[in-house]
Amino acid sequence: MSLRVDMEAIGDILIVRLDGELDHHTSEVLRSQMEGQINDTDVRHVLLSLKNLHFMDSSGLGVILGRYKQITARGGDMIVCSINPVIYRLFELSGLFKIIKVKDSEEEALHILGVA
Amino acid sequence: MEKGKMNFMELNFAARSENEGFARIAVAAFLSRLPLNLDEMEEIKTVVSEAVTNAIIHGYEEDEQGAVMISTFYDQYAVEIVIEDHGIGIADVEEARQPLFTTKPELERSGMGFTIMENFMDVMEITTEIGRGTRIRMVKNLVKNEMLCN
Repeated sequence: MSLRVDMEAIGDILIVRLDGELDHHTSEVLRSQMEGQINDTDVRHVLLSLKNLHFMDSSGLGVILGRYKQITARGGDMIVCSINPVIYRLFELSGLFKIIKVKDSEEEALHILGVA
Repeated sequence: MEKGKMNFMELNFAARSENEGFARIAVAAFLSRLPLNLDEMEEIKTVVSEAVTNAIIHGYEEDEQGAVMISTFYDQYAVEIVIEDHGIGIADVEEARQPLFTTKPELERSGMGFTIMENFMDVMEITTEIGRGTRIRMVKNLVKNEMLCN
């Protein structure tokens, strides 16, 4: 029951890949790691890949919305990709899709952000 | 639920965030013999996580001395999950149920917990008393698919 956070920078895009479970307990780790990376580097956009995220609850929505606000305050954008059906419904219920773009794969998302 | 025809289990654990994962896995394991599909099982794990997280963050305000109780019952028709704390209680239940309402925005809470519980389960009831605690009762029906086939 843990969360692995893998971060890779391609140009000014920070790719964050989540592996495991994102709940109240693990959301603190994600929050501090992403917050630090966004503040300490010249990252402009965030691509969040949920391909290997097996579980998420509303604590995950909170931390994702928090990072969305952080990156858009700097004039950047956030795209979320590879969402499983149950997590998709959480996004839908919260209305997060109205502000955060969603793509099926990392490749598609990178294309939108102007890479590859 | 009719006594004798139902199965049940009870859990009592410390209000610590690392127990959130344990709680949802334990409930899912207890229900593993039921005809629930993968998405339905994920929905149950999600609502358990929401209610336990509420108990820890709001009920006990992250005081790890508190205890969270989960009772789970099932028979051939439905699953019932009751999650209780002896925390501070909820002052305004109607307000708490509103989507996106949270008393703790500084903790990046989304305010979606009760909305998710309502949407993922067939019944969601809140009983609360200031200074005494909160009890969440949720039911998921198992018979929907069978009735459609008949």
